Amino acid sequence: MAPLLVLGLALCLSGTWAVDKGNFKTCEQSAFCKRQRALKPGESPYRALLETMELTNTRLTLQLINDNNKVRLLLELYRLQGNITRVKINELKPLKPRYEVPDVLIREPTTEPLSVLSQDENGVVLSLGVESQRVIISARPFRLDIMEGSDVLMSLNSRGLLAFEHLRMRKDTFSYKVTSTVASTTKEEEEKVEDGMWEETFKSHTDSKPNGPSAVSLDFSLPGVEHVYGIPEHADTLRLKTTDNGDPYRLYNLDVFQYELYNPMALYGSVPVMVAHSAQRTTGIFWLNAAETWVDISSNTAGKTVFGKMLDYVQGSSETPQTDVRWISESGIIDIFIMLGPTPKDVFSQYASLTGTQSFPPLASLGYHQCRWNYNDQEDVKSVDAGFDEHDIPYDFIWLDIEHTDGKRYFTWDPHKFATPKEMLQGLMDKKRKMVAIVDPHIKVDGNYKIHNEIRSRGFYVKNKDGGDYEGWCWPGSASYPDFTRADMRAWWASMFAYDQYEGTMENLYTWNDMNEPSVFNGPEVTMHKDATHGAWEHRDIHNLYGLYVQMATAEGLIQRSGGVERPFVLTRAFFAGSQRLGAVWTGDNAAEWGHLKISIPMCLSMGLVGISFCGADIGGFFKSPSTELLVRWYQAGAYQPFYRAHAHVDTPRREPWLFGPENTALIREAVRQRYTLLPYWYQLFYRAHVTGEPVMRPLWVEYPQDLATFALEDEYLIGKTNLLVHPVVEEGARGVTAYLPGKDEVWFDVHTFQKHNGAQNLYIPVTMSSIPVFQRGGSIIPRKLRVRRSSTCMEHDPYTLYVALNLQRTADGELYIDDGHTFNYEKKEFIYRKLTFANKVLSSVNLAPDAKFTTDSWIERIIVLGASKPSKVTLKTADGQEKQLEFDFDASMSVLTVRKPGMNAGADWTMTFQ
Amino acid sequence: WLLFLLLLLLSVGVSAVEVQRPRGVPLSKRQFYEEGKPFTCLDGSRTIPFDRVNDDYCDCQDGSDEPGTAACPNGSFHCTNAGFRPTFIPSSRINDGICDCCDTTDEYNSGATCQNTCRELGRKERESLQKMAEIAKEGFLLKQQLIHEANRGLEDKKAKLGDVQGSKKDLEAKVEALRTVKEAAEQPEREAKERHLKAWEESARMAEVFLELDDDADGFVSVPELLSHSELDPDADGSFTEAEAQGLLGGVDKVDTAAFESIWSNVKEKYMSESNADTPAPEETSREEINEPVSDNESDQYPDDDIPEDEDDDDEEDEDDDRDEHEYKIPPTARTEEKKDDDEGAMPPYDQETQNLIDGKNAFKTELFNFGFGICFRNLEKEISFDFGPSSEFAYLYSQCYELTTSEYIYRLCPFNRVTQKPKFGGSETNLGSWGKWAGPEDSIYSVMKYEHGTGCWQGPSRSTTVKLTCGKETVVTSTSEPSRCEYLMEFTCPAICQEPPNLEISSHEHQEL
Repeated sequence: MAPLLVLGLALCLSGTWAVDKGNFKTCEQSAFCKRQRALKPGESPYRALLETMELTNTRLTLQLINDNNKVRLLLELYRLQGNITRVKINELKPLKPRYEVPDVLIREPTTEPLSVLSQDENGVVLSLGVESQRVIISARPFRLDIMEGSDVLMSLNSRGLLAFEHLRMRKDTFSYKVTSTVASTTKEEEEKVEDGMWEETFKSHTDSKPNGPSAVSLDFSLPGVEHVYGIPEHADTLRLKTTDNGDPYRLYNLDVFQYELYNPMALYGSVPVMVAHSAQRTTGIFWLNAAETWVDISSNTAGKTVFGKMLDYVQGSSETPQTDVRWISESGIIDIFIMLGPTPKDVFSQYASLTGTQSFPPLASLGYHQCRWNYNDQEDVKSVDAGFDEHDIPYDFIWLDIEHTDGKRYFTWDPHKFATPKEMLQGLMDKKRKMVAIVDPHIKVDGNYKIHNEIRSRGFYVKNKDGGDYEGWCWPGSASYPDFTRADMRAWWASMFAYDQYEGTMENLYTWNDMNEPSVFNGPEVTMHKDATHGAWEHRDIHNLYGLYVQMATAEGLIQRSGGVERPFVLTRAFFAGSQRLGAVWTGDNAAEWGHLKISIPMCLSMGLVGISFCGADIGGFFKSPSTELLVRWYQAGAYQPFYRAHAHVDTPRREPWLFGPENTALIREAVRQRYTLLPYWYQLFYRAHVTGEPVMRPLWVEYPQDLATFALEDEYLIGKTNLLVHPVVEEGARGVTAYLPGKDEVWFDVHTFQKHNGAQNLYIPVTMSSIPVFQRGGSIIPRKLRVRRSSTCMEHDPYTLYVALNLQRTADGELYIDDGHTFNYEKKEFIYRKLTFANKVLSSVNLAPDAKFTTDSWIERIIVLGASKPSKVTLKTADGQEKQLEFDFDASMSVLTVRKPGMNAGADWTMTFQ
Repeated sequence: WLLFLLLLLLSVGVSAVEVQRPRGVPLSKRQFYEEGKPFTCLDGSRTIPFDRVNDDYCDCQDGSDEPGTAACPNGSFHCTNAGFRPTFIPSSRINDGICDCCDTTDEYNSGATCQNTCRELGRKERESLQKMAEIAKEGFLLKQQLIHEANRGLEDKKAKLGDVQGSKKDLEAKVEALRTVKEAAEQPEREAKERHLKAWEESARMAEVFLELDDDADGFVSVPELLSHSELDPDADGSFTEAEAQGLLGGVDKVDTAAFESIWSNVKEKYMSESNADTPAPEETSREEINEPVSDNESDQYPDDDIPEDEDDDDEEDEDDDRDEHEYKIPPTARTEEKKDDDEGAMPPYDQETQNLIDGKNAFKTELFNFGFGICFRNLEKEISFDFGPSSEFAYLYSQCYELTTSEYIYRLCPFNRVTQKPKFGGSETNLGSWGKWAGPEDSIYSVMKYEHGTGCWQGPSRSTTVKLTCGKETVVTSTSEPSRCEYLMEFTCPAICQEPPNLEISSHEHQEL
């Protein structure tokens, strides 16, 4: 939600809408990045000391030495279950411990045996157990290659950019300005002290750096790879760009006011995971480090035109395409997980095995969310709620931003505007609707505020470099920041969500964590000072983790308040690897511009690739006021993105869906209704994402990994397996869109007209204001509930319509998942999970989870077969052996068969024969 | 139409005999659903066996085969709501666990426990409709009165304006004459209109003089205080002695207000007002302002604002006005009279008499300006140019202000002028918009006022206020809100918006059938 008001005023004066880049560091302005980037590829000073190698069953250790300064590093190598190789590099004997990121891995990963295949003075060859995979450790210079057969899958330090700034005592005899010409030339010590090693100043902020330089860096080469993805959050293309001519991609959680599109600047969240893809293989690199991180990408084919590449090919002179990546972090250690695929889905499950899967959200949270900064008071909430009924638009959640509190004291309510919150919540509950109220991590420094007093007296605040409670400026004015890295602090925070602690709350109130980068209005780069401390660690070490911890503590609070029964729903702005386990993420403070609508797709696709499926952008755009056309288009696009919430800045005019004339109200109603009919499908995809870690919203290349035409597509995507292809209209005044329908042997059905299109073509689709181009793949079965009601909860017992889209082989399959929609009872096997198959003119439902138990009132009211031929009769056979003939309609012009009211329970076994 | 509804309700109460028909079908469509006969979708698209009506499967594109189930996405369900108002709800609200129809008929299979609240609702609605009808009736009567008065006022004003416009010389003479209060009070054209005014003007002037003379404000005019006014020297010999002064006071050293009355004749002819001496040259002011475009300065409409002195007094007076107007009784007639009445009714910190005198003085000053400085001319011209409604029924709102105090702010609506907001606990006033236009929908354009171009907002538009008018006996601001940043909404009741109540006798039988 939150813009930076202070900056905003400045911006306003200068009359510009774009981000003020001057508030955020470039690599050049970030001392360690500048230092590390100054190293050029060449021979690495590191050498592997093979004589130090130790190999237990599953763990290999080996010392590395830097021949320039003789500092030794310890390399650990593990083979992890599921085709993952872990490489850790730390100082052998650091002056003091270096930070290793906790709480991100869901458990200590399971290791698998390693064995030495061969060894000589030049190196060691290890077997990775799987097929013909090997790791070759070269000694001089140190280099690590992962091979499969004769192919190199990935090389580490092949460009010699491994750098590990060891911790050192400060040599006060050196002046800061010592240059290389006066540097000591003693034989062991030739280190230069550069600017920014022991102190760094950016704008008016000085970082005291008591530990001195501590950066780590490593390069990776990816032969055969031309496409890399991931490392969100950036407002950039899905396919990552090379960074040779600009800044590296930056990962440093920041509250960026009015962010700019298509650049590598840091945003609110960071997931240091990159996915590399070629037609042959998909791999991933997970760089587990929570400090400020920069990622450089270069490619040997980047500059070449298609013609140039063709020429290379014809002349046979081409070197293999290769992408080189380099990671640089300010502190901590090198701890990397190399996920070797080979398929995209393998990479997803490999990453999920490390950091967990998407949390399984309450069904209602997949519905539509109505938010605004701010709904002013209870009366306002009531009238907006009534507006949805009056205009017959479904919604599930209404949201309250910061103004609902008593003076920005979270966990409180404004005594005048929200005097009787329970009454308000009960009013919503009576309509089976819910609310989200914001709880930010900055705590008002106010001796009359219980939360502040408790945190202070328990010593739970982050400390400044001098040991006092860290104070910064945020919404409430002077604020302190709880140290969420502490488990005891998180437990206390969670306990504050108990109904008797957080007064005025009920079970239909959920939580939103904003500003958790953390945002500090008067801090360096609008965040916390790096020399603030979290116990033994500096903020520098943990920065990118802070937001994850806030959401973790909050989600735990919502679980605990229900006695562990109810699933939580918590939205966060800041995130890190592992945040997928905790709730939903949105793309922060975007703007009401067509470009922002457009980029919401690659931004959420990028997050999905690295585990975070529950992603969405503010519908309509947060800053500024959307044109009616933009707003309608955004509602349409958002209806097909995972997290569907409209939000608006406090200074913008109202934009509830019915304020733009009956015609536009109808368009928005239709978009939202389409969302609601598909809720069963969304829900089952989230169940799948929860089980497998596969993204809900995914790029086409994930399902068509060999189709080069899909590799850079970011204006369309798939929802779930290959079942729905969405190409929303994101251009002003569009008359049509051109959608790429993949699959040489596939057919695609327009979900609105049921018209059939062949795959492997660019299809021009004329559009009107009511068009949302969506296609169902032939071969898929999608369940919908067509009785759209005022909220998802109202639709709980409603019957299903199955959309069976036949492929050229006249088969199709799909799934149906049903549970209570809101508790953890699915963990106790209380759900229905069925496989739906159409083959040999028989449609059947079989139980995928025979040991699970759940009953539903829902039944199958209709079956629509797309691409069907006309049967002479349709017979339903139920589990009790009874058979009955079903009535049906056949539309010969569109080849659509509609089976009328088969009536079986959605949880039952049945077969339906089309003769 | 309120009464129409009321009648509808009453008639339903009488005629609510359930007639057999499929669930959710209104009586008016009963004939299309004939038991046992094939049903044709109301859009004519297809015909289905009757047992497929309300069988929980949508057969008709228009949803007409499932009036009593949620099967059709576009269907609607009819609740009879015996005792209350019959209504249609979207069929998606059937059996969704939420009670929508007061007769509970929409939740026949959801397990929701609904109470039949129709009778209670009906009673309440009848009561409230009755009340509203009464209000409308009374309001309408008040409105007639307003129209009458407005027309009279308008004629007066037009005449006055004509007079003023008629002779510039006359005006100048008048202004010139008003330089001395004495002459002003004697202006011939005022005499006719303000005969009764003159009586209190005289005492008001007396009071003013008393107060001016009473330099130390001890409630007595004393010899030394008199001596500073050399013009009162009875023999005008250039030396005003204490003895002479004592003589003027009737032989005593000081007089209170009562005694001052008896010696008034001794001083009134000669007394020269202190304030008059300070007044800026009136000719300049008047000429300038006469030539000024009407809307140049929004505060122009406030003659008070232009008074270069005694601002505090003026403010007090304004607030008195507002307070009184909140407790409004009958629409005001002439503003001056209203004020006088009000002032008498006020509870002053001074003793009653003094207060009367002070108020008299202030009122007097207002009059002085209204008549004296040409402002009235400009005001009149402007006032006449406003659209006060088809029958000038809104004219009485002109130059009035109405306040509403919320937990944080004091909101102030001055119709045809502007809307302001002032923090309750200190802080400066913010302009929420100046009079823009009538902005209601086509059929009731006078139901909404729009005030625009108020103080600008950060990164936003300038503030504006929409005022929604509803019929009421009293003229009062009932609520304010800020639905969007810098876009305010005010609810305002007044009799002027009241519509003529429909004749109760018509059609009570016609609706019986419904």
